[in-house]
Amino acid sequence: MINAGEAGDTFPRLLLHHAAVRGDSPAVREKDLGIWQTWSWAEEAAEVRAMACGLAAQGFKRGMNLAIIGDNRPRLYWAFAAAQALGGVPVPLYQDAVAQEMVYVLENAEIEYAIVEDQEQVDKLLETMERTPQLKHIYYDDPRGLHNYPHDRLETLDRLLEIGREFDRQNPGFYDQSVAAGNTDDIAVMLYTSGTTGKPKGVCQTHASLLAAARGGRDFDKLVPEDDVLSYLPMAWVGDNLFSYAQALAAGFTINCPESGDTVMIDLREIGPTYYFAPPRVFENLLTTVMIRMEDASRIKQKLFRYFMDVARKVGADILDRRTGIALTDRLLYALGNFVVYGPLRNVLGMSRVRVAYTAGAAIGPDLFRFYRSIGINLKQLYGATETCAYVCLQPDGQIKLDTVGLPAPGVEVKIADNGEVLVRSAAMLKSYYKRPDATAESIDAEGYFHTGDAGFFDSDGHLKIIDRAKDVGKLASGAVFAPNYIENKLKFFQYIKEAVAFGNGRDMVCAFINIDLGAVGNWAERRGLAYSGYTDLAAKSEVYDLIKTCVEQVNAELAADPMVADSQLHRFLVLHKELDPDDDELTRTRKVRRGFVEEKYAVLIEAMYAGKPSQYIETMVKFEDGRTGKVGADVRICDARHLAAGAARKAA
Amino acid sequence: MTALARNIGEVILELRNISLAFGGVKALTDISFDVKEHEIRAIIGPNGAGKSSMLNVINGVYRPQSGTITFHGKVQNDMNTYEAARNGIARTFQNIALFKGMSVLDNIMTGRNLMMKATFLEQAIYIGRARREEMAHRKRVEEIIDFLEIQHIRKTPVGRLPYGLQKRVELARALAAEPKMLLLDEPMAGMNVEEKQDMCRFVLDTNDQFGTTIVLIEHDMGVVMDISDRVVVLDYGRKIGDGVPAEIRANPDVISAYLGTAH
Repeated sequence: MINAGEAGDTFPRLLLHHAAVRGDSPAVREKDLGIWQTWSWAEEAAEVRAMACGLAAQGFKRGMNLAIIGDNRPRLYWAFAAAQALGGVPVPLYQDAVAQEMVYVLENAEIEYAIVEDQEQVDKLLETMERTPQLKHIYYDDPRGLHNYPHDRLETLDRLLEIGREFDRQNPGFYDQSVAAGNTDDIAVMLYTSGTTGKPKGVCQTHASLLAAARGGRDFDKLVPEDDVLSYLPMAWVGDNLFSYAQALAAGFTINCPESGDTVMIDLREIGPTYYFAPPRVFENLLTTVMIRMEDASRIKQKLFRYFMDVARKVGADILDRRTGIALTDRLLYALGNFVVYGPLRNVLGMSRVRVAYTAGAAIGPDLFRFYRSIGINLKQLYGATETCAYVCLQPDGQIKLDTVGLPAPGVEVKIADNGEVLVRSAAMLKSYYKRPDATAESIDAEGYFHTGDAGFFDSDGHLKIIDRAKDVGKLASGAVFAPNYIENKLKFFQYIKEAVAFGNGRDMVCAFINIDLGAVGNWAERRGLAYSGYTDLAAKSEVYDLIKTCVEQVNAELAADPMVADSQLHRFLVLHKELDPDDDELTRTRKVRRGFVEEKYAVLIEAMYAGKPSQYIETMVKFEDGRTGKVGADVRICDARHLAAGAARKAA
Repeated sequence: MTALARNIGEVILELRNISLAFGGVKALTDISFDVKEHEIRAIIGPNGAGKSSMLNVINGVYRPQSGTITFHGKVQNDMNTYEAARNGIARTFQNIALFKGMSVLDNIMTGRNLMMKATFLEQAIYIGRARREEMAHRKRVEEIIDFLEIQHIRKTPVGRLPYGLQKRVELARALAAEPKMLLLDEPMAGMNVEEKQDMCRFVLDTNDQFGTTIVLIEHDMGVVMDISDRVVVLDYGRKIGDGVPAEIRANPDVISAYLGTAH
């Protein structure tokens, strides 16, 4: 995959290459004290050099692991390069994980050194101290609130850089030798999988594998040094590592760090990235905000918006794909709409300059996907996993399908196993799971194919279509296939439904838990003068049940039309009294449902649904953001949904 | 939380035998207590105990009929609010007193007003000194915005913000004056648990980072006992207790004033 003539086969060497070739071009920007600050490639290289020397002076050795925890900050990205320059392995952790969750990774990866963002993260690490005595060195970026911490293991990052510069003066050849000693097959980063089942596993990616993915993606979408990307997704997630670190170094483009997690939308508008990545829920939230604001707009604006959105729905996506055979009047109308509606809307969304936007991580609703494409945003889907550097399938420009994840990316072989599982072989693949030869052997077969655990198939054009996690696909008592994710996604495409969990494996009918979207349903309730005090109250309203019921019945109608899944129609559902939350272990940090855990925790409710009860009382423990726990109790109503007789539907179809 | 090795200094504010009456109503009767440099001093008491009146006496809104106020070794009995601000005393109010139509940024900038030296005319045409000053003050204000984590609402009109955030903006404005002493009148009233925790953290951080002496009124006993160094208890305008949290918790008068006794 790697072009033989291309400079740099490890990330630290690539950094030196950029510092030499485009030393003055911006490498990183961060908004600080209200002003965007810029660091050039040369400055970045100097900072990384100082940080690496500092770590070396403090005893960090080749082969050690460096924990990195915090929001997207330039100096934390530099910590990746610094560790790699020393032949060490950066291990980013999810910054919103609570201390107990971090312990496992800290122990498993034998972390002795950590570079963290602020007091919040330092507090968490100090909390785990008893169980992680090997963690001796913690460096923090933001000293606020920390200067009185009497702790010998703590040091500011500034001090580390000072130590590094001093060390560099005394050992001038050290850094260059250390970078030169790096090997492209060394492990470049270790990313812990979110773990919908069992303990997280450390996925070891080499420089070569990450670079194969980064360069493949760069060439596929023609990314150039002038591109801008907003880096706001968790650094511990493979996507951010690929888009904000590996590809930035592969293509030499600029990464932009937002001021804080709450300002992302504002920063997005100010930067106007040309290359953008977001999970479907971000696109969904954006659209929901726009729609809520549209409902408050004046009559004329609403009419204008509706009219031109109809035009966009009709021809927008085709125009973006440069299809032929579009009527001239439609083209002219679209051009006018672009001037009065789509352009300003793209500007509000911060996507005026977006050339390529990707979404992945979960299925995106067809309406949602079509909306963005129709207003001229080149939103595409990709498919990948932590183990494959998020690089397996990509949608090529102009060949966009709503329900597939595109063609196998350049250099990637994809095949479907007999049981329907998607198998992948490419250069961008994990070397191993850390300390888990058993898991490595289990997921990579003798022919070198990685077993993704996803069930899917190729359509007639060779595009890959993912149905569900292979292990989640089960059978109903009648023997019909039951793919819970497929049903849940259909439910989640309604703006009122935030999360859904479907049950039915080995049962005679399908039932589901629903989480309403507090923003959308709250707004809906407000418009109807429906008073509510919070999530639990709103979720229990009979009006809300009626609303959700119409959504469920619509899904049933869609399911009935397809004989493959007609038996999976939803017979009963309930609206959960609390939102599923990663703090309660119900979702992973990447917000995927932990099916087994939810099934166990809410067993009472599931039994009540299948027993045909009209309601069921349940009390659940909840963990508040500060770590304390409390109890929430509620009488949850269970509602029946109308469904078409499966046999009748089959005949009709 | 790790115990902070703060060095609490000398007494900087001393109130001796303060009495304040509105006509026949005695708001404060013969109250004496002091505040040391860098400490967090809480004033607690049931409703109508005279807590807010006490704060108003300290920053010159009310003048007590008798008693002396010594601030930084000088007797300051007839200090008005302007002088109090000049002397480095800033405050927040029980009922939020912000400019609702102005942005968060502009509201906080008003806290810098006392430090602006440029004349009205210079400011109007915005050249030379006025421009340099504005930039320096803006920088300081941005640091406070960063400190209190309100970057995302920088440009939002205050009236559109939820209550908890408005409280935080008010604290930001008080901090913008770079006070030596900060008077907080029920900073956590009406907040949920999470907002209270945030506010506690900001109060502690302010005290820790800038060394600001803090006098606060608060009803939430958990908060008071957690964050204050010393507590003074008022009831019907009289002082019924004064000491470190542990002493206050054990004081029978305080317990009866708060929890009531069997009659």
